[in-house]
Amino acid sequence: MNELPQQLANGLILGAMYGLIAVGYTMVYGIVQLINFAHGEIFMIGGFGALTIHLWFPDAPLLALIPLMIVFAVICSVAVGAAAERFAYRPLRGAPRLAPLITAIGLSLVLQQAIWKWYPDATKDQPFPQFEGDPLSFLGADIKVNSLFILIAAPICMIALGYFVNKTRAGRGMQATAQDPDTAKLMGVNTDRIIVMAFAIGAAFAAIAAVGYGLHQGQVGYLMGLIMGLKAFTAAVLGGIGNIYGAMLGGIVLGLAEALATGYMADVPGMDLFGGGAWKDVWAFVLLIVVLLVRPQGLLGERVADRA
Amino acid sequence: MTALLEVEDLKVAYGKIEAVKGISFSVEAGQVVTLIGTNGAGKTTTLRTLSGLLKPLSGSITFDGKPLRKYRADQIVALGLAHSPEGRHIFPRMTIEDNLRLGAYLRDDKEDILKDIQAAYDLFPILGERRKQAAGTLSGGEQQMLAMGRAMMCRPKLLMLDEPSMGLSPIMMQKIMETIVELKSRGTTILLVEQNAQAALSLADQGHVMEVGNIVLSGTGQDLLHDESVRKAYLGED
Ligand SMILES: Nc1ncnc2c1ncn2[C@@H]1O[C@H](COP(=O)(O)OP(=O)(O)O)[C@@H](O)[C@H]1O
Ligand SMILES: [Mg+2]
Repeated sequence: MNELPQQLANGLILGAMYGLIAVGYTMVYGIVQLINFAHGEIFMIGGFGALTIHLWFPDAPLLALIPLMIVFAVICSVAVGAAAERFAYRPLRGAPRLAPLITAIGLSLVLQQAIWKWYPDATKDQPFPQFEGDPLSFLGADIKVNSLFILIAAPICMIALGYFVNKTRAGRGMQATAQDPDTAKLMGVNTDRIIVMAFAIGAAFAAIAAVGYGLHQGQVGYLMGLIMGLKAFTAAVLGGIGNIYGAMLGGIVLGLAEALATGYMADVPGMDLFGGGAWKDVWAFVLLIVVLLVRPQGLLGERVADRA
Repeated sequence: MTALLEVEDLKVAYGKIEAVKGISFSVEAGQVVTLIGTNGAGKTTTLRTLSGLLKPLSGSITFDGKPLRKYRADQIVALGLAHSPEGRHIFPRMTIEDNLRLGAYLRDDKEDILKDIQAAYDLFPILGERRKQAAGTLSGGEQQMLAMGRAMMCRPKLLMLDEPSMGLSPIMMQKIMETIVELKSRGTTILLVEQNAQAALSLADQGHVMEVGNIVLSGTGQDLLHDESVRKAYLGED
């Protein structure tokens, strides 16, 4: 079980999840310089959205239900993400940076507590529907069928996002808004709409990640956004905040580092106390600190001086 | 004939500080009108208000028959008012060509956009030579050319230029001024803000002198060029 291919596969699965969530942090930050700390909860809402569909149709075969679960997860997350932008963050644009940050933290608590209080039985972790089937063997690693979802969804999402940003009008408007919002307006870009769009795309990706999380972990819970959100934020910073490909790269690097630390740190002479799953979060942050010391702008980030 | 742009008693403030204190002027189609004045007179504030980046305290702005105060900045571009901002503000990490494309953001006529990009390259050959280069690598004067070319990409009814000669070498300044004359001869209507009063007044049909938020003197470009007080205050003569 501690073989290298297995650790790499575990890391990749986790990393793809971090990366998909990290896109939401990085897009919003890139455009409005806001760290949307409620993004972890927007991810969590997606998980419960998907679960709701299963609870409505408990007897439907999962394969048939999955598209509906994805769609409803995306609808729930996007609705919450767009509403947060419109009613919580937009009125605070131009306010001191601390105001939207505190709002985000408050919003994140409100969303957690709302699910805890009003979603049936959500005070405990809820089982998420699972596919039946034996794990697939691939290059010496065993991959659960339930973990395949995120491995397929993540690259599709990233390719679609790359196309959107580079090839569509709204995507170019988004790049312009990120670089220089006032000048983007002078080009005819409706920047308010672009900002909502960034929140919505981030929320949709988080919702898809949440479906992947539910399948992979076998459960969802009202606190699932806390650690996943923090890790995804770390991934976004690691990859270079503001850079969408950096977000995915940061996620994967972080996932791999955690898996390798879990599997091997105990074998390093003198480190036998610091291996195993309990220490993986610590190693994740050690990695972040090391990367930021060497490359303050993150793996793919540009130096601040380059961002006029 | 009613003017293309009609500004009446426009007041703009930053918080409690009034930067524009009730100015009125107009621009007729086909004209070049210039606003001159020292640093801090309120010229940039005026242009940013016209293009919807700032909300005025009071006054009216009528452009092509429409009350601009009712429109967002991006809608004002769609009405045909282009603004090349002070300090150029090109998108440094995008290529020159992508900068020009962004100028045509609201247009759907793909083929005509390509023609207009080519027209910009004809006007400024250096931009064509470097079309795939990041715009941030251009010199100041070249960035100014790009900013002007980009503003023209929406096929504006009125082109507003904020200090196009700022920070440029005399040769580059000359080149930019020649381009404005060229655009004028093609019938482009231009509202030109300049600190280089000599150059601006020489090519303008109408000029207005701004001082601390007010228009203190108006006249034809030639009149102002020969006005004693203007010569003293802005053309460096005793
Ligand atoms: N963003 C701002 N906030 C507060 N005051 C400003 C701002 N921009 C300009 N001002 C003030 O408004 C006045 C007019 O400035 P501006 O329109 O830039 O003048 P000009 O373009 O003629 O040099 C100046 O006193 C300036 O200090
Ligand atoms: Mg100015």
